[in-house]
Amino acid sequence: MAKDNGQKPYLSIHGVTKMFGDFTALKDIALQVYESEFVCFLGPSGCGKTTLLRAIAGLDIQTKGHIEQAGQDISALPPSERDFGIVFQSYALFPNLTVSKNVGYGLENKKMNKADVKARVSELLDLVSLGDQGDKYPAQLSGGQQQRVALARALATSPGLLLLDEPLSALDAKVRVYLRHEVKQLQHKLGVTTIMVTHDQEEALTMADRIVVMNEGIIEQVGSPLEIYRHPASPFVAEFVGTMNFLPGIAGNDGTVHMGKVELHAREGVNGLGEGDEVTICVRPEDVIARDITSDTPNTFDAMVDELEFLGSFYRASLSTQSDDDTNFRADFSVNLVRDLGVKEGQPLIVAFPESRIRVFAGR
Amino acid sequence: MANGPQALTATTVKAKVSRDDWVMRGGMVVIGIYLLVAVIFPLYSLLSKSFQDEFGKFVGLANYAEYFATPALFFSINNSLTISFTSMVITVSLAFGYAYGLTRSCMPGKNIFKAIALIPILAPSLLPAISLRYLFGAQGMIKELLMGESIYGPIGIVMGEVFWTFPHALIIILTALSTADARLYEAAESMGTSKLRTFFTVTLPGAKYGVISACFVVFTLVITDFGVPKVIGGNYNVLAVDVYKQVVGQQNFQMGAVVGMVLLAPALLAFTADRIVQGKQVALLSARAVPYQPRPNKRFDLIMLTVCGIVALTIVGLLGVAQYASLVKLWPYNMSLTLHHYDFDLRDGGSWGAMFNSLEMAGWTAVIGTTVVFTGAYLVEKSKGFTHGRGLIQLMCMIPLAVPGIVLGLAYIFFFNHPGNPLGFMYATMGILVMCTITHFYTVSHLTAVTALKQMDPEFEAVSSSLKIPFYRTFIRVTVPVCMPAILDISVYLFVNAMTTVSAVIFIYSADTQLASVAVINMDDAGEIASAAAMAMMIVYTSAGMRLLHFLLTRGIARQSQAWRKR
Ligand SMILES: Nc1ncnc2c1ncn2[C@@H]1O[C@H](COP(=O)(O)OP(=O)(O)O)[C@@H](O)[C@H]1O
Ligand SMILES: [Mg+2]
Repeated sequence: MAKDNGQKPYLSIHGVTKMFGDFTALKDIALQVYESEFVCFLGPSGCGKTTLLRAIAGLDIQTKGHIEQAGQDISALPPSERDFGIVFQSYALFPNLTVSKNVGYGLENKKMNKADVKARVSELLDLVSLGDQGDKYPAQLSGGQQQRVALARALATSPGLLLLDEPLSALDAKVRVYLRHEVKQLQHKLGVTTIMVTHDQEEALTMADRIVVMNEGIIEQVGSPLEIYRHPASPFVAEFVGTMNFLPGIAGNDGTVHMGKVELHAREGVNGLGEGDEVTICVRPEDVIARDITSDTPNTFDAMVDELEFLGSFYRASLSTQSDDDTNFRADFSVNLVRDLGVKEGQPLIVAFPESRIRVFAGR
Repeated sequence: MANGPQALTATTVKAKVSRDDWVMRGGMVVIGIYLLVAVIFPLYSLLSKSFQDEFGKFVGLANYAEYFATPALFFSINNSLTISFTSMVITVSLAFGYAYGLTRSCMPGKNIFKAIALIPILAPSLLPAISLRYLFGAQGMIKELLMGESIYGPIGIVMGEVFWTFPHALIIILTALSTADARLYEAAESMGTSKLRTFFTVTLPGAKYGVISACFVVFTLVITDFGVPKVIGGNYNVLAVDVYKQVVGQQNFQMGAVVGMVLLAPALLAFTADRIVQGKQVALLSARAVPYQPRPNKRFDLIMLTVCGIVALTIVGLLGVAQYASLVKLWPYNMSLTLHHYDFDLRDGGSWGAMFNSLEMAGWTAVIGTTVVFTGAYLVEKSKGFTHGRGLIQLMCMIPLAVPGIVLGLAYIFFFNHPGNPLGFMYATMGILVMCTITHFYTVSHLTAVTALKQMDPEFEAVSSSLKIPFYRTFIRVTVPVCMPAILDISVYLFVNAMTTVSAVIFIYSADTQLASVAVINMDDAGEIASAAAMAMMIVYTSAGMRLLHFLLTRGIARQSQAWRKR
């Protein structure tokens, strides 16, 4: 999908700030979204995702800053003069209109004749696999079907930008997983530039081309799912996306950090730290290795297996470094590994933190 | 994220106002002007009149000084407070007992009891007063029960008011008691708490706000009521009747305005207190409760059945007396039956024309009132920006609840009869009656509309603007159909109240626009009491018919829309 190098952004946001009275919901947000891209705003509840989406839609215009869409400054325009379709968490389907009437609602104002409207509606219903449900009322459909009606309604006028505010969060887990694929495929097929708000990291990781991680009104990081997961730019991102061990350490010289007596090399992110500074060392449980460790393997140390919890497809182990200031961390081991190495509670185990998978942040 | 230079130089974004916004704001300005004309200007006229002499010269507090120097006038304050307080205690106690029986016992016939208790809402307050005359008056059927006391005075007023305000108190307390949480009762029972103790520690606190609210409502209704004391008050002066006497009897408009202002004070006070209490009640109701299911208990159910039975029989009895008296040739000398008293055209002070005027007035009030109220509530709820204007409109929508009908009516004469008023052409027309009646019952209608609108998805307007559909199209196609039950509720509420109200219209009807409820008073004044009873019963039947129509319509709509309405 589209990346920033050289391409002209479809939507650019500059210095957007939103105040609710004295409360700053968005602080000086800057962001570019490219043509046909699927972008997710990810962050905990109350961090300002919806506020940013509504500013883009013109539903709650930002206090400061400007927004351009397709080269046009839309900063101050009302929603009716912008080009977007929107799906809300509640879907906001008109309860007294049939599915077909809901989907065709936006077409009524266009100078389209009845037959064309009908054709377009049935095309859209087929697109969201609801071809035979047109005469039903929203209340007669399941949650997932309602969601797809809302999507079809938003797409009916072929908007240049599709905005989705937590479109899947009202659904139960199974339907949600299924619809993730549906929505993603549909977006891919139509190539419509899409922004989706979610607080569910899994949803963002599986659906987005790029993720915008937000926290308390600011953007913490923008990047592809893999970048966000592998190279979190801040402890907040590291904690919010996936699971992470946060281990106290002290910066050493020439790019090393010390975790108690264990010396670790990190390939990135020790820059700018002076020797003796307090740091936080981050490593994901699934990145801890225990297999094929030789004397050449860097970052190897002895640990004690304190607990071993079977979670079906893998084991989650609680380990501790065997030093005075006993650091605890978690590691995910495959069922295979546990069997092959004979990992047991209360027994020592040699483990390693791969250099490329360690993130070091200043402070604790 | 660092503060870029843009953040430092950026100025506040001034949102472009869309066509929808202009239309909404235009609509709000229209509603605002309407409310100014219908509520604020008349009240201001009343206020300023109370500071003027008969030639319109400003005299400061002179009128008020005169008022408080005239014992015959200011004794009424004491009288009004006495009957209001007494009626409040009796009505709320009875309503509580009745509601307790309906919610906490397994007595039979609950639906019938509920229906009977609501009948007084369909009647003008004059009706119980007329019935009481027949029962306890000089030739009363059972006047011995008063043991020599006269029905003309506080006793009669309180009895009439209790009948008339009972359903209002009952509805509120019933709501409060039906939201009881069964889990609290189970807990009390499991701890071996006695029934009596449970009542005082669980039931009463749970219904506390409902009871307090009912007290305020009854107090306000009684102190502002004009019908009952007018018919049966005798020489016992109360504020609402004083206003009438000053204006109609003595043509002393200034003093009428002063009494009106005096009457406004307790009503405003009760209104404010009630608002505060209701604010607290919301928090109480938002907790998720398990509804309480009563279990049969022979002795208790029998006691409750007796209590409810007596109250229900009294209500039906008073109604029956009015009906019977209107059919009797010459009470108590010739008790043979006749329809003679229904020949209103032959009576002093009444005519069938009055009945038709009432129907016409109630019809317009329902149609115009519902349209104005619902559209206004929609604009206030759904429009964006314009915060101050919206707040002002909301305030103006609440004021009418605090203004007694008789005060409103008086304010309307002062405002519309003012020589400089370009709206003077409305004076003595059907228009002013309709406007005054809509205003009188504006607040409750507005709150009903707001409640219904708040249940709508807040994003309907956002969706339609994203689809470039003007909001008014969505209003007509979605909001109105979805809110149709509430819209029908509002129209029947306005219709029934327009049929039964006396106080708001007594000053502003003209010879051509006499109303049925006013005819009841006038015939009663002229000594045509049987015809007054007949006319009052006609009002009851009309209101009941409208209620029935409303019930059928609502049921029809529920059936038709059950495909899309979630239960
Ligand atoms: N209309 C409003 N008035 C005041 N505060 C608001 C309003 N809308 C949102 N907020 C506040 O702004 C913050 C961000 O809200 P929102 O954007 O809805 O968060 P989320 O990331 O969960 O979508 C929250 O603290 C919320 O309370
Ligand atoms: Mg949100």
